[in-house]
Amino acid sequence: MIAIKVPTLGESIVEATVSRWLKKEGDAIAIGDTLVELETDKITVEVPAMHAGVLKKIAHGEGDVVKVDELLAEIDENASVGASSGASAASAPVAPPAGVPAPKPAEPSKPAAPSAPRPAPAEVRASPAAQRVAAEQNVDLSTVQGTGRGGVISKPDIIERGQQSAPVDVVRPKEPTFEPAPAAEPPAPAARGTRETREKMTTRRRRIAEHLLESQHATAHLTTFNEIDMSAVSALRERLKERIEKEQGVKLSFMPFFVKAACLALKSYPIVNAQIDGDSIVYKHYVNMGIAVASDAGLVVPNLKDADKKGMLQISRDIVAVAKRARDGKLTMDDLTGGTFTITNGGVFGSLVSTPILNYPQVGILGLHKTQDRPVAIGGKVEIRPMMYVALSYDHRVIDGQQAVLFLVRVKELMEDPGSMLID
Amino acid sequence: MGTSATSSSPTSVDVVVIGGGPGGYVAAIRAAQLGLSTVCVEYDKTLGGTCVNVGCIPSKALLTSSEHYEFAQHAAASHGIGLSGVTLDLSTMLKRKDDVVGQNTRGIEYLFKKNKITWAKGFGTLKAGNVVEVTRAKPDAGGPPAEKIAEYQAKSVIIATGSVPIELPFLKFDEERVLSNVGALAIPKVPNHLIVIGGGVIGLELGSVWKRLGAKVTVVELLPAILPGMDDELVKEADRTFKKQGLDIRTGTKVIGGGRTETGVYIEVEKDGKTERIEGDHVLVSVGRRPVTSGIDAKALGLNVGKRGEILVDDQMRTNLPNVYAIGDCVPGPMLAHKAEDEGVIAAEVIAGMHVHMHYKSIPGVVYTWPEIAAVGLTEKQVKESGREYRTGKFPFSANGRARSMGETTGFVKFIADAKTDELLGAHMIGPNVSELISEVVLAFEYRGSSEDIGVTVHAHPTLSEVTKEAALATLGRALHI
Repeated sequence: MIAIKVPTLGESIVEATVSRWLKKEGDAIAIGDTLVELETDKITVEVPAMHAGVLKKIAHGEGDVVKVDELLAEIDENASVGASSGASAASAPVAPPAGVPAPKPAEPSKPAAPSAPRPAPAEVRASPAAQRVAAEQNVDLSTVQGTGRGGVISKPDIIERGQQSAPVDVVRPKEPTFEPAPAAEPPAPAARGTRETREKMTTRRRRIAEHLLESQHATAHLTTFNEIDMSAVSALRERLKERIEKEQGVKLSFMPFFVKAACLALKSYPIVNAQIDGDSIVYKHYVNMGIAVASDAGLVVPNLKDADKKGMLQISRDIVAVAKRARDGKLTMDDLTGGTFTITNGGVFGSLVSTPILNYPQVGILGLHKTQDRPVAIGGKVEIRPMMYVALSYDHRVIDGQQAVLFLVRVKELMEDPGSMLID
Repeated sequence: MGTSATSSSPTSVDVVVIGGGPGGYVAAIRAAQLGLSTVCVEYDKTLGGTCVNVGCIPSKALLTSSEHYEFAQHAAASHGIGLSGVTLDLSTMLKRKDDVVGQNTRGIEYLFKKNKITWAKGFGTLKAGNVVEVTRAKPDAGGPPAEKIAEYQAKSVIIATGSVPIELPFLKFDEERVLSNVGALAIPKVPNHLIVIGGGVIGLELGSVWKRLGAKVTVVELLPAILPGMDDELVKEADRTFKKQGLDIRTGTKVIGGGRTETGVYIEVEKDGKTERIEGDHVLVSVGRRPVTSGIDAKALGLNVGKRGEILVDDQMRTNLPNVYAIGDCVPGPMLAHKAEDEGVIAAEVIAGMHVHMHYKSIPGVVYTWPEIAAVGLTEKQVKESGREYRTGKFPFSANGRARSMGETTGFVKFIADAKTDELLGAHMIGPNVSELISEVVLAFEYRGSSEDIGVTVHAHPTLSEVTKEAALATLGRALHI
């Protein structure tokens, strides 16, 4: 008997939630098959089988919270399907796996399906296929808005609902990039006369909500603003970007400039790169630069390790690589833990000014916004310049106002005279 | 029924329907059912419009008769039925067709009586303020004013004036040699050679009739394939089958001229730069139909119309004029009787204050050739172009027991479904009786059905409808009998 245990999930992560079993008791298991998906507040982890055999026992059902190294399941490496009489499907302690793709013809029969509770036909009207999928996914049909004629619930209604909430899509976000995320698919149109739709939060959404609220409650949150004249850095980028793309294969965006400027400013004001631990302040002599990414998986903040020790090209490449990992659903625990400071760019969505929320327990977050041509006074004259408002939200418990303001001014100075980034 | 007497002040009614075709008469019945006083204006001698008089119904009568003739000649022997001396009595066949039409038109008159609908037998002209004038004859521009036989003040007006066949400039319809659908349903003697211009529904149906009755039939189509707008796979199968049946189908061929000869007609065609002269006894021009709005002076009334003169409406059949509705071939969309009927019902129900609207997604199209062709929803090409991920499933009639026992094994049913949600996106059928098989799929479309819904539904055995079920299962990768 092989024990399947909760794997190490990464620094400072000790527990996870069982989000989805892809195999059920009695299933034949091949090496490399994904058995189960675990979800933490940062990432979803797939647990693969390292041994072939038959899944004998599932120790924790969906929704259970499990600790690292805890037993998840047992695989009998000597058994084959059919020979196992011990674990009958009827005595399985866990719910049938939700969201399993439509069975292929070759698969063995599914013992759980016929015993699944049938919806009362008089209460809700649903097509036969919709009833089947709903039973398999434990969807309460009375909570589904039907889009068929007369409000009949269709199979697509159930599946599209699953796509909105099922963790499977969280694992493989379709297009998470640093670009604006595509508008989320609108919920199924409500039947005529319905003015509200109730939808259960996904585990991930709940975690994001908890995390943001925790940040608001646990810190003395304050924001300072400034504005940056982007003329110089724009000109520099214009001059270099074609050559760099040709020679290095890297598209030069503004983000690496900000990363660089922020790293230098953090060096000048190390308290902004610190953390509170009990009654101590922990100064970090390295910068793991978090970059907030909007995706249909929700907000994720992968960080670039040791960004302060890297050149612009490397930073550019790292950003591209982490974006690709996010797109492919390949972000690792390492990508998502250990950040010391965060940059978030609301400008890609067109935000002109906003107050970012701290990525707790970090104490500073730099908010970038849209660059907009605005009239400014230059040497007593009104000139049109590409201007960007920037915001620094900070934890006032450890960062004094003066330090916060000076940090932001430092970022501004470096960006307005990018050549000065060399002199450091 | 009975016409209204001439009077100086207009008679007030709830609804006046202009046109008594399948859209108009159905709108009138539905309006009357909903308790509205209803008048239907129809100038022709009978109700039913193109569909009942010179379209759907008579063509189906001739298609059935000619199928029987074909069976007697060619297929009966394979069933062990020996027939000799099979002859064609065309005049009886045509008379039977006329009888069928008569039964239908009288049926509509009966329905009008039953529902207390007034048939205003004359030509309807819509005037400002929803006044409809009915004259004995069609008013002639510049001519003397036509005799007025009635005038109605309508609370609501439904325009259902239909469509007419498009004419070629060098081949004006005379219905003797140069035929529209009207003349092609009444050729008194089986032609030696019938030329058909246009490989669409009408051309292929009527071409099939005269082919079976013994004519050589040449179908000339300008586009690269027949049945424009239908699924490519379906078209390929249809083209192959019709050619096997002996239709001379010339696609990608342009008609550049034509006219009458002493004994018949000729056309000049051009393909790949080469021209050819084709002679025949008759030519059927079936290159499409255009909306007709005679009696409706759109400009004077301020009625919004499109490029082809079609009346623009919303999905509740409202025009831009207050309380004026339009339905059927004179509005945009496919020119199909069942689409017109549904629009008529919607217009009447909207007038009666019901909250309904048209569902254009689930309107089937049918071609009554043999094998028949039927489709609903999107073609594979359209789905592909939309970028949506999809699956297809196909099942042939040759693998179906009932089809084999009937000796009708040509064709298939094909489904296209969304790859993720399994939502049905298109259904395309060619084979025996698919005109009837398609209805099941249309119902599924109405309820946003999936291929699984059809696949898990019990279909009586042995029936042709099992092909539909198997094609649905094939879409899920689990057809049973192939």
